[in-house]
Amino acid sequence: MLDSTQKLLQGDERIVNEVCVAICTVNGSGSATANSILYRSLFRMGILTSGKNIFPSNIKGLPTWFVIRASARGYTGRIAHDDVVVAMNSATIHKDVTYLQDGGVLFYADHLEKPEIKDKEVIVYPMPIKTLMKQVDAPRNLQTYMENMLYVGIVGQVLRIPEEILKATIEHQFQSKPTVAESNFNIVKLGFQYALENLEKKDHFYLEQLPELSDYILTDGNNAGALGALYGGLQFCGWYPITPATSLVESAIDQVDKLRKDPQTGKNTCVILQVEDELAAAGATLGAGWAGLRAMTATSGPGLSLMTENIGLAYFTEAPMVIWNVQRVGPSTGLPTRTAQGDLSMIYTLGHGDTQHVILIPGTVTECFEFGWRSLDIAEKYQTPIFVLSDLDLGMNTWVTKRFEYPNQPIERGKIIWEEKLEEFKDWGRYKDLDGDGIPYRTVIGNLSPKAAYFARGTGHDEYGNYSEDPENWSDMLGRIGRKLEGVVKDLPGPVIRRSKVEADIGIIGMGSTHDAMIEAQDILAEKGVNADYMRVRALPANSAVREFIASHARNYVVELNRDGQLEQILSLEVSEYSEKLISISVIGGLPLTAAWTAESILAKEKKGGKTR
Amino acid sequence: MEKHVELNRIGLALTDYKGKPSTLCPGCGHNAISNQIQAAVWELGIAPEKVMKISGIGCSSKSANYFLDRSFGFNGLHGRMPTLATGACFGDPSIKILGISGDGDTASIGMGHFKHVIRRNVPMVYIIENNGCYGLTKGQFSATSDQGLRLKHQGVNILPPLDLCMEALISGAPFVARTFSGDVKQMKQLIKAALSQNGVAVIDVISPCVTFNNRDEALQSYSWGREHEAPIQDIAHFRSREEIQLENFAEGSYREVQLQDGSYLVLKKIDKDYDPTDLHAALDLLTESYKYHYFATGLIYFSGVPPTIQEKYDLPEEPLNRLTKDRLRPSRESLEAINATLY
Repeated sequence: MLDSTQKLLQGDERIVNEVCVAICTVNGSGSATANSILYRSLFRMGILTSGKNIFPSNIKGLPTWFVIRASARGYTGRIAHDDVVVAMNSATIHKDVTYLQDGGVLFYADHLEKPEIKDKEVIVYPMPIKTLMKQVDAPRNLQTYMENMLYVGIVGQVLRIPEEILKATIEHQFQSKPTVAESNFNIVKLGFQYALENLEKKDHFYLEQLPELSDYILTDGNNAGALGALYGGLQFCGWYPITPATSLVESAIDQVDKLRKDPQTGKNTCVILQVEDELAAAGATLGAGWAGLRAMTATSGPGLSLMTENIGLAYFTEAPMVIWNVQRVGPSTGLPTRTAQGDLSMIYTLGHGDTQHVILIPGTVTECFEFGWRSLDIAEKYQTPIFVLSDLDLGMNTWVTKRFEYPNQPIERGKIIWEEKLEEFKDWGRYKDLDGDGIPYRTVIGNLSPKAAYFARGTGHDEYGNYSEDPENWSDMLGRIGRKLEGVVKDLPGPVIRRSKVEADIGIIGMGSTHDAMIEAQDILAEKGVNADYMRVRALPANSAVREFIASHARNYVVELNRDGQLEQILSLEVSEYSEKLISISVIGGLPLTAAWTAESILAKEKKGGKTR
Repeated sequence: MEKHVELNRIGLALTDYKGKPSTLCPGCGHNAISNQIQAAVWELGIAPEKVMKISGIGCSSKSANYFLDRSFGFNGLHGRMPTLATGACFGDPSIKILGISGDGDTASIGMGHFKHVIRRNVPMVYIIENNGCYGLTKGQFSATSDQGLRLKHQGVNILPPLDLCMEALISGAPFVARTFSGDVKQMKQLIKAALSQNGVAVIDVISPCVTFNNRDEALQSYSWGREHEAPIQDIAHFRSREEIQLENFAEGSYREVQLQDGSYLVLKKIDKDYDPTDLHAALDLLTESYKYHYFATGLIYFSGVPPTIQEKYDLPEEPLNRLTKDRLRPSRESLEAINATLY
C-alpha cells in the first residue's frame, strides 16, 4: 500500500481514522471557517490529522482547496489522491473528482453539474445545498458562507463526527460571540440532520473518537515562530508585508501587548514597526541589533533579495539579527502562495564577497517556537545574522504539534559589556579577539564610558574599528569572522535521526516541513524491503552527527522541494569526502512532499543499483 | 604658564569633541560642517557619549568619522542611513542621533528612506552635505545638480534638480533649514537649534566639492553661494531666555522660538517679513529662490513637533537596551495559558 487506502472494500468493512478529505471551494467565500471546524473537530476526537490549505494568490473568486488527512498511524504528510472530495466549486468539480480512486467518496452540491466518473467506483452523496438554504434565514451577504456550514454538517455526519463534537468546536471557535456560535451550529445541525435522515452510508470511511491528544496543540508555524521570538526577549522587529511571512509578524502584533509589558513599569518592551520596504526592514533590524536590542525580521524570497545588502553589512560589522525566511516558490515572484525549499543555497552564502551564514531549519511547529527564541540567543552570542528557514506549508498551515515548552535556558546576551566591565580591559577594541574564540566584546550605544564608542563600518577596519586597507589586516579580520562561525556549530540543533528497525545501509535525508512525508516514506520503503535510516538536518553548518550519518550509509538520498537539490549540493561540499554517497531526489511544483512519490523515486534509483550520479 | 583651556558646562574641552583627521580634499565644504557639528555639540554641553552618528556612503558619509570620536558611529550603506537610525533610535532614546548624508545618498538612492524617516518622525538631526555631484566616484551629476551644469567628464546635465528642503517639507518635517558651508556662523546656530529639538530636523547644507563641482557658475560652488546667499533671518541660539541678548535687535524686528529642550532661537528679520511657521510661505520661498536664482538660507520651516516614533510606543523610562533578562521573557504560566487555548 503506497498510499493510505487504495483497495475496494466489501460490505460493511470499515476504514477507521484513515481518510484524506479534499474540500474544493471558491476563495473568499468564507470556507476557511467551515474547513477549520471540520479539521478542529477531528483533533478534538483525538485523531492525528493535518490540514493543508492549497490557495491561490488572489483575494476572491479563484479555486481553493483544503485537504484534511486523518491518520490513525500518525502519517500526516500530503498524499496525492483523495478519499473524499467535497465539491463546492463548479469551476473545478470535473478535475477534482479525478483525484478519487476506487472506493472513493464524492459529496457535491447538487446545483452543480454532476461530474462524470469513469473507470472507477465512487460513492456519491448529493448535497441539496440550495434547497436546504431555503430553510435558513440568512442575510444575503452571508449566504455563501452559510452554505459552507451545511457541508460541515453533511460530511461530518456521514463520516461519523459526533454532533456534540461539532458543537463544541463551533463554540470554541466563536467563544467570544455565543450568538454567532449558535447560528452557525444551527446550520451545521440542519446539514447533519439532513444527512442522518436522507443519506444511506455506503462508503467505508469512519471516524472514531480516541483518547484526547493531551500533549498536543493545534497551531501554525508562523504563530509558533512569533511566540518563540516573544519568549526569546525580542525587542525590535522591523518588517514589510509579504506572503507567506506576514502572518508571523501579525501573530507577534496580536500577542505583544499581552506578553511583553514590562513587569516593573507596565510599559512596552518590544517594538514592532512596519516600514517602507524590505531594505528598510533589514536596515532597521540591523540598526536595532547594533544598538543592543534583540532584533528580528521576517520575510520570504523576494524580500530576502532586497535585504541582502544589509545582511552583508550585519555580517561584516558583526551585529546580531534574526531573519525568518518563510519560503515560497521562486525564482522571481514565483508562486507566492505555494511552498518550496528553494532558498537554501541563496541564504547559505548570501551577500557579495566571502560570507557564510548560520541557518536553523525547523521541521515541526514546536521547533518553530524553539528556534524562535534560540535564534536570538545564537545571534547575540556570535554577533552575526541568523536565519530561520521555514516555509509556507509549515508557516501558514495549522498543524497538530507538541505543546510549546518553556525555554530551558536563560536568555543569552553574549559579550555585551557596559561601563564597569569595560574598565577591566586594558586595551579593548571592538573587533579584538581577546578570548581566542573569534568572538570580540561588544559595546552598544548608551554606554557612557569615554572608551566605549567605536565606529562601525562596512569598509575595511582594524581591531579598533578604524579604517584600514591593509591586506594583512583584511585577511585577519575576515579570517577571524570565519573562525568565530566555526564555533557556532556546537550551539546549533543537531539532526533528528529515526533509525530503521533493522540495520540499514541506506540513509534518507530531509529538512524542514517534509518531515511527516519522510517518516511515512521510510516506513513504505521498509514495507518494500528497503531499510533506510532517516535523518532530518536542522541546522547549517552541519555538525559531526550529520557527517557520521552520511559516512555510515552506503547511499544517502537527499530529498527536498526544489529543482537543483540544494541541500544535497551543500552537504556535498560540507562533507566532501563522502560526496559520492549523496544522491539528490528533488521535486518542485509548489505542493508539499508526498511519501508515495518519495518512496517511488528512491525505489526507482535503488533498482538501477543505487548509482549515485 | 598653563595654557587656558575653555571648558563647556559639563567640563569638557572642544578637543573632547574632535574626530579622526579628515581625509577629504583640502577646502572641502564638508570639513566646515564637521567643525561646526563639533562646535555646536560642545557649546550645547551635550556629552559626546550622548550622541550617535549614522551615515550612508559617499564623501559626506565618510565625514562622520571626522568629528565626535567619543560618540558611537555607524557608517552603513548607500542611501540606507535612515533605516539604521530607525532601528537604533529604540535602543536608548536619550542618545541624540546625527544622521550624515549627501545628495547622492539622500536625493537618489535613499530618497524613499529619507521621506519615510521624516514620516515616522525618528528624532534625529538629518544633515545633507549637498555638493550637487558624486565626489567619491569622481564627478558625476547628482539629483541636485542644476540643469545645464557642465562637469568635466559628463558634459551638460539635461535634468532639473530636486530640492531636498521641498521634499522634506511635503513629507511633514517639523524643522527644515538650509545653510551653506561658506556661512559657518549660521550653520552652527541651525545645528544647535536642531539638536535642541526632539523630532526629525532636516538641514540641507550646500557644501561645495572643490575638486569636481566648484566652478563659479555652479549652484553649489563657493563663489555662487557667496554671491547669491540671501539669509532669510539672522539666527542666534540661546540656552535660556535669560541669556538672550537683544541689544542689537530693534523692537518688533525679531521673533523668539522656544525649542523643546527649553532653549531659545531668536530669528531676526532681514528685509521682508518671513514667517517660518507658515508651510505655504516656505514652499513659495523655495520655489521663488530657484526661479529667481537666489540662495535662501536660514530656518525655512518650523512647526510644533509631533510625537516621535519612540513616544508612540510607550516605552519604559529605562533604555530598552539596558533591560535585564527577567524583564524580557514572559512567565512560564503565560505559556501554559497559551498552550491551553490552542486546539
